[in-house]
Amino acid sequence: MMEEVNEVTSTLSVDIQSIKVTEVVKDGHTLTFLIESEKLSGTGVYHVDRTYDDFEWLQQHLFSQEEVSGIQGVIFPPLPVKAQVNASAKVIKQLGILGLGEWQAYCKAMETFVRQIAAHSILGKNNAVEIFLTSSDPPGRHRVRKNIFNRLSQAMEGMRKEGHKDVDEFFQTERDHNLVFTGCAKTAAERFLDVVQTEQKIAVACGNFSTALRLCVEQGEDPDELDFSKVCVKLSEVFESIQKNVTSVAENNVSTLGLGLDLESRYQEAEKEMLYRRTCKLVELETTRRNAEKAKPVKKAAMEEVKKAAETEFDHISGVAKEEIARLQAARVKMLQQALVQWCEKQLLTAKESADQFNQHLQAFRGMA
Amino acid sequence: MTKMKVGKEDQSSNEFVEKRRSALERYLMRTVKHPILLKDPDVLQFLESSELPRAVSTQALSSAGLLRMVNKARGRQQDDHQDERWFEEKQQHFENLDVQLRKLHASVESLVCHRKELSVNTAQFAKSAAMLGNSEDHTALSRALSQLAEVEEKIDQLHQDQANGDFYLFSELLGDYVRLIIAVKGVFDHRIKTWQKWQDSQMLLQKKREAEAKMQFNNKPDKLQQAKDEIKELEGKVEQGERDFEQISKTIRKEVSRFEKERVTDFKAIIIKYLESLVQTQQQLIKYWDAFLPEAKAIS
Repeated sequence: MMEEVNEVTSTLSVDIQSIKVTEVVKDGHTLTFLIESEKLSGTGVYHVDRTYDDFEWLQQHLFSQEEVSGIQGVIFPPLPVKAQVNASAKVIKQLGILGLGEWQAYCKAMETFVRQIAAHSILGKNNAVEIFLTSSDPPGRHRVRKNIFNRLSQAMEGMRKEGHKDVDEFFQTERDHNLVFTGCAKTAAERFLDVVQTEQKIAVACGNFSTALRLCVEQGEDPDELDFSKVCVKLSEVFESIQKNVTSVAENNVSTLGLGLDLESRYQEAEKEMLYRRTCKLVELETTRRNAEKAKPVKKAAMEEVKKAAETEFDHISGVAKEEIARLQAARVKMLQQALVQWCEKQLLTAKESADQFNQHLQAFRGMA
Repeated sequence: MTKMKVGKEDQSSNEFVEKRRSALERYLMRTVKHPILLKDPDVLQFLESSELPRAVSTQALSSAGLLRMVNKARGRQQDDHQDERWFEEKQQHFENLDVQLRKLHASVESLVCHRKELSVNTAQFAKSAAMLGNSEDHTALSRALSQLAEVEEKIDQLHQDQANGDFYLFSELLGDYVRLIIAVKGVFDHRIKTWQKWQDSQMLLQKKREAEAKMQFNNKPDKLQQAKDEIKELEGKVEQGERDFEQISKTIRKEVSRFEKERVTDFKAIIIKYLESLVQTQQQLIKYWDAFLPEAKAIS
């Protein structure tokens, strides 16, 4: 039976670090993600299958927590763009590095999304998270009430409010910095993707060369021709090794730094959205202040009420926002450090393995009479 | 190879000059390795004199030039028999080789192209990483990102070197061999032409002999002497034609054997050079990653 989400907060019954998106199953046009998580009670593991709609359901629930004070100051963990089988060029571009291969990177990103939400001090308490992770019925099939962060309306007013001067120096600095940084992070992620895609092309070219060499093997008995055939076969093996090396380098790139840069880029965007929401609230607040000032005596009290409410809400949002910014800063430094260290370690290992292999080939060729 | 005009300031012209220089060097190396050509007076003059005669009518491989080259091989061994089947098989073999080498060449050119692209993309990424490092507030992370940019720049250089390796070693090697095969096929064609010439002479001789017989029958003494002279000349031509054909066949056999052996040696030498460069690249990478790791770990 479909469980009702009541707005009662709950503590998660699973170990957050154990949450894994173990695989993705293709069913026609739909991608289904298999998620498992260990029960904190130690009595077993939850296995659930979720589609993108279910993830969106979770996100919408979190967005629409109007009763949580200061919710608009939260930097929401970013949900990746919807992955599709046979995606259009536009979607592929939006997916970036997550769109490569057979969705391994994408699964990791979805896993990170769920873990971030579960670990969030405010968001993790929402019952929707527990349902998402443990309910055997997929929750995303019924409609959710429209969230307060309707992107469309925001976009329309976007340009005017984005540059609105802040009343708090901390936030003005943060907004300025975020603006620059979002651009840098996005560019870095895109250019890294270009590198990876070229590496993949090289791998394919090496494979083609290797295959073409095998076709040079002669059938005759002439000793010179046989010698040349031997050379071709051995060279073909060399290029297979090169292909393996380049493929490995590309995979290392994607699974560590690639994911890291992608997440960084999306988190900067998420922070941008939060700062923008706060700026919109600021504009609203200033409007209510002006209204209260200008109000005729008969309306004055009501306007004052509205103003006070706006002020309180704005303060709450700013308070939450400050905490969120500090939390994000700490988290992203740690995340990038991990990404860089893992990237370096993996590439180091690949280089060592490849050096060995190429050396073996070299000795074999030198040994050929 | 054709003559080409090159601009002074052109960047791509520098590349072209280097390519042409390298190709000419390889051409000269191949020429002097050939036991017969090394003794050729033209080759010696090219290598040694400070002044050369002006080049006239420089067709790539003229029939006369080829025949000269072929005739330099001495002697005519009695027990050397012409195995026409050998020539047919070899001709087919070279046809196949031509197709395969062209495919390989195209493959490698594609690889070189992608490597160059990788170098460009790596450089772009290095720049963006540097910008990221500059905007970063966290000191240690900023430092690591700047180091990342530097490592990527170094790797870019490795990619460029590798692209050059792919090109100058493999791509040019295969290109050279594609051109060599064209020359080889030309030689086989020429042997056929030589045979044809011999056959034509024989047929003409036959006709003249028949004409002479007729003349004797019709008793035309004045024309008879002329006919006898022509026949003598043609007999000489036929003998020469046969000698030419046997000579060219013998030389081709020798040359093909030499070519096949050289091919193996050539390829092996290039491959060893290439593998050495591959090993070196990986060792460089290991150095770079070893240096970067502590920087990455120092972020906290």
